[in-house]
Amino acid sequence: MTAALFDVPGPQSRRRAAIGTIVAAVLAAALVGLVGWKLYREGEFEAELWQDLGQPNIARAVWLGLVSTLSAAAVAIVLSVIFGAVLAIARLSDHRVLRIPAAIVVEFFRAVPLLLLIVFVFFGFNNLFSDYWSLVLALMLYNGSVLAEVFRAGINAVPRGQSEAAYSVGMLKSQVMSSILLPQAVAIMLPAIISQCVVVLKDTALGVIIAYGDLVFQANLIAEFVDHTIVPLALAALIFIVINYALSRLAVWLEARFARRGRTSAGAARPTDMQLAPTAGGAGD
Amino acid sequence: MDTLVDNRAEIWEGFRLTLWLLLTSGVLATLLGTVLGSFRVSPVPTLRWIGTSYVNVFRNTPLVIILVMSAAFWPTLGFNDVGFFGYNTFVTFAILGLGLYTAAFVCEAVRSGINSVATGQAEAARSVGMTFAQSLRLVVLPQALRAVIPPLTSIYIALAKNTSITAIVGVPEAAYVMRRLSNKFTSDVYAIFFGIAAGYVVLVLVLSVLLRLAERRLAVAR
Repeated sequence: MTAALFDVPGPQSRRRAAIGTIVAAVLAAALVGLVGWKLYREGEFEAELWQDLGQPNIARAVWLGLVSTLSAAAVAIVLSVIFGAVLAIARLSDHRVLRIPAAIVVEFFRAVPLLLLIVFVFFGFNNLFSDYWSLVLALMLYNGSVLAEVFRAGINAVPRGQSEAAYSVGMLKSQVMSSILLPQAVAIMLPAIISQCVVVLKDTALGVIIAYGDLVFQANLIAEFVDHTIVPLALAALIFIVINYALSRLAVWLEARFARRGRTSAGAARPTDMQLAPTAGGAGD
Repeated sequence: MDTLVDNRAEIWEGFRLTLWLLLTSGVLATLLGTVLGSFRVSPVPTLRWIGTSYVNVFRNTPLVIILVMSAAFWPTLGFNDVGFFGYNTFVTFAILGLGLYTAAFVCEAVRSGINSVATGQAEAARSVGMTFAQSLRLVVLPQALRAVIPPLTSIYIALAKNTSITAIVGVPEAAYVMRRLSNKFTSDVYAIFFGIAAGYVVLVLVLSVLLRLAERRLAVAR
């Protein structure tokens, strides 16, 4: 699609692109080199630091942090999917008693920063919830509300003929939902759910506000221990980038797979707002 | 309830700082994100590669890490006293961190906006002899920016909520105030939470209304 912006290059524009490539590469390399040199001058890469980082107890701390991050994220995403499905079905209900409270819950938790929710769950219930459960429950409330909107859009995206046909053969509302709409909607929504996993994984890092021992918390401890901040945190960031990049590729692959099977009609199933919600979360969200 | 009233000065200061963070990092993210978005559709492969790498790195890193690194990184480059508008250096580092993080999302929105402009527009621009930069600046971007406002709205809303994360690096904005008050007045946690949360809900609502107005004003018949 980007090819529309420029022609198949002729000799002149090929030359110009080659010059641009070289200039951009040199400038980028100069910038990276300058920053690297400055960091080196400030002693961010000294041998002693790498020796300290090589100690076995550091590797153990990183492992501990990674396990804490992944276990909180895994439980949170499962609970979010369940909570989101319940909210979405309530919001699609014909009964106002269910629809309106569900809408209020969804809109409230989507508008409140996750950090506030974590602090509230931790302090608000007389120490009922440990740091782990405060984080997991807050993640569930926020991501469940985001997913509820994803699910609602996904269920609405199933062609109307499907539910009409189901009603016409005498199915009940609950039957139409459970055996006609949901199975088809799940296939449409799977990529969005995977993208939401990226948001959840990134957001577990907010556990540091209540001193939950996740990867970022451990990285901060290590940073204090070795008396350098940039390298330990960059390594933690690298772990996140690898996992999240793999997850996003998985989402893209699943989307392409379902698109090929013709389950989504040329992406029309996913409104732009929904496509962006997972990425903008953590973003954001 | 009394806690909210008694501490209204501190809460107000917190939200003022939240707004300031939102405004400054929003401007930074929009400018940087638009430049990176143009990189991603450029005919120069290196620029495309820079744009893609930037997005992959910044979008997949937790904001907390970026903020902590930002606070450690800029001083090593020699930026030690860069506070402005009456706020200290650490607020500036937080603004830079928020801006760099959000720019990755803006970049993706701009790129999809550029891709949403009808192919014929860019083709027409080229056929009258415009260069890549001219067709982008004069024909494609003005149309793309309109298509980009709905996704930008969700990005700015996410940014408004993300400003709360700067509390972790000690920036005394609204979420920091909430945490401090919850620690101090443990019996009043509910009033504190719902009070501050209401502030964010209002902020998000106002933001989405303003951006919807902007969307309607800028809308053109296609």
